[in-house]
Amino acid sequence: MTESAAPSSSEYIHHHLTNLVSGNGFWSFDIDTLVTSAVLGLIVFGFMASVARKATSGVPGRTQAAVEILLEMVQTQVRDTFHGESGMVGPLALTIFVWVFSLNAMDLLPVDLVSLLMGSVGVEHWKAVPTTDPNLTFAMSITVFFLILYYNVKVKKCGGFLREVFTVPFGAKMAPFNFLFRLIEDLAKPVSLALRLFGNMYAGEMVFILIALLPPYLQWLLGAPWAIFHILIITLQAFIFMILTIIYLSMAHESH
Amino acid sequence: MNINATLFGQAITFAILIWFTMKFVWPPVVAALDDRSKKIAEGLEAAERGRQDFAKAELRSQDALNEARTRAAEIIALSEKQAQAIVQQAHDSAVIEANRVKAQAQAEVEQEVMRARDSLRDRVADLAVSGAEKILRREINAQAHADLLTAIQAEL
Repeated sequence: MTESAAPSSSEYIHHHLTNLVSGNGFWSFDIDTLVTSAVLGLIVFGFMASVARKATSGVPGRTQAAVEILLEMVQTQVRDTFHGESGMVGPLALTIFVWVFSLNAMDLLPVDLVSLLMGSVGVEHWKAVPTTDPNLTFAMSITVFFLILYYNVKVKKCGGFLREVFTVPFGAKMAPFNFLFRLIEDLAKPVSLALRLFGNMYAGEMVFILIALLPPYLQWLLGAPWAIFHILIITLQAFIFMILTIIYLSMAHESH
Repeated sequence: MNINATLFGQAITFAILIWFTMKFVWPPVVAALDDRSKKIAEGLEAAERGRQDFAKAELRSQDALNEARTRAAEIIALSEKQAQAIVQQAHDSAVIEANRVKAQAQAEVEQEVMRARDSLRDRVADLAVSGAEKILRREINAQAHADLLTAIQAEL
């Protein structure tokens, strides 16, 4: 905002909501999303792994206790909602919660700080919050979708899964309708997962940008309450993504 | 909102993170947690066992104490009885001894009396004889009356 040619409000918003894209058409990459999410993932999961490696079964230190609390929270959720061989579900749920939470938490950085820092080294656009990029949220939800398919086939075998797709809920005579219903139902899962997270974070980021357009002496008035409220949103969205994934995978394990 | 190949990149990152969590984060912590809960369970069990042992030991010590008390009472009673027996015995033997001494003394006294009486008799006889002698010196000889005197002596 302090540049020589002050941009208009719409230019400012547009600037903040543009990814750093490299490439053309579909085969292009949002560098900022890829780098931020990878670096954050590396830091957070590296940290957790280092704690896990030193984990003792004796009296835990504060850091270990924190990681344990997190893990037990996830484990409790998995145990409560997921019935079946839960080999992968726990780690998957933990990954989702921790990663989404840390990516969302980037939203609490001042909106101008990251773009200013990156601008000072010559990078034009840098969206700090990877979860405001639908590419990331869809990448996660589609991965979950394939896991749902995988577990459906693994648990019910190919024949059982196909029978379920074509005969539930109306019976074999209505096979096309059953299939259609199932298609809609299953496709709605990844779409709703991805759009819910993206929508929440995008809207939250947008509000932060709008608050940043206020005169500096007024920004705290709206910025502080919104940031505090956003702590809840960040956690809640990470939790919802995790819990829905557990539920979807649990449904994949059960016969309708 | 434009979907592009970032999708694949993010999916790969996501998959790597899931794999990483499955391999390096989840198992050690879960192992530590399970291990700890096992330790706690063992600790609780040991504490319970210790408590039971303690109660048992207390019971046993109470028993031992009671037994010791009974034995002590028995011993005291026995020793009292023994002491009484000893005293009784001492008393009895003292009485016997006293009686013996008394009897001996009496016998001695009687002997003494006897002897005194004998000597007295002798002396009286002598006196009588000498008296009689003095009386009779004038009329009879001692020889003639010796039989008579012996008879008198025997009557005394």
